[in-house]
Amino acid sequence: MRDDHTALGSSRLAGGLLVPVASGDDLARALPAGVVGPEGQPAPRRFSVYRNNVMSSLIEALGSVYPAIRGLLGEDYFKALAAEFIRGHPPRSPVLLDYGAEFAGFLEGFPPLADYPYLADTARLEWAWLKAYHAADVPGLSPACLAGVAADALGELTLRPHPAAAILMSPWPVHEIWQRNRTQDAREALPPPDLSPGDRAVLIRRPELEVEVTDLSPVEARFLTALQAGETLSGALDTVLAHEEGEADIAGLLASLATSSAFCALHRGSAC
Amino acid sequence: MSKTRLTATVLAGAMAGALAGIAAPQDAAAQAKEKCYGVSLKGQNDCKAGPGTTCAGTSTVDYQGNAWTLVPKGSCADMKLPGERQGSLSPLERDLPKA
Repeated sequence: MRDDHTALGSSRLAGGLLVPVASGDDLARALPAGVVGPEGQPAPRRFSVYRNNVMSSLIEALGSVYPAIRGLLGEDYFKALAAEFIRGHPPRSPVLLDYGAEFAGFLEGFPPLADYPYLADTARLEWAWLKAYHAADVPGLSPACLAGVAADALGELTLRPHPAAAILMSPWPVHEIWQRNRTQDAREALPPPDLSPGDRAVLIRRPELEVEVTDLSPVEARFLTALQAGETLSGALDTVLAHEEGEADIAGLLASLATSSAFCALHRGSAC
Repeated sequence: MSKTRLTATVLAGAMAGALAGIAAPQDAAAQAKEKCYGVSLKGQNDCKAGPGTTCAGTSTVDYQGNAWTLVPKGSCADMKLPGERQGSLSPLERDLPKA
């Protein structure tokens, strides 16, 4: 499908939609030729209504994708921030459920929010949630399926990452921050998380119909990430265990692999 | 780096041990779920049906980028970073409406 012909930024009308307007002169400059009233006169106020609807709809879309960021910042701040983001990152596709991928990076580079460094990773979690929600339905790797792999083939086993699974590593307790800020009810029920930086990871996955977010230990996260990158099972274990001190819990790692829903079934188009 | 190159026997043994501890999936429950297209699954994501179709903006006026003197009024305010780093937002000197 072509997605450029309806995207903002490619038509004469679109050019004036997202530019900031602070005065009547600004608005006159933003007004596209041909936007006229019944007498043929330029119609800046009509265009303003349209401009405003576009901006407000995009802000609403962004707020639906990033409810926790909205909750963290509050309504006024979120709207102003979203407008700032939208002007710099207009939609490139008419499919709004794909809109907002760059928001986390934008938050990270936005100087007034430098004192809230956990926001960007929280946004990354929300984006991963949305991607998982809309990802293709693909049979996942089951424990039973893993049990069927011959002993001498296990070490060289490679796995395909499941399209609805993502691993996010962050120094911030993004899982708790996200849980607490998605809804007003959660904000009232849950205590503020401890924001001391640490070595943390979460797994975002959708084994069936519902997206699940679970904590991973750092070593589990490194193991699953190595497998996602295409390392063999024994290669991934070696990589991870080489950096671990103390007793290696190989069975524990394999159990977390088997229950992770982070990989596809072994054979395409099959349940196993 | 691979100081612990695993033998097939060790790996197979660990896998058997790992899988033994996992409850068998409940096939009946899994099969009972099927995707119902066109129906919202959970309230959380209902807005995905069409965030671009809202008319919420008709009564509000342009969101100017002059908000950086604002402090986030949400729960950022009650989440303190170690070392009192939080709470010193600086206004941004760009994209302000022209006087």
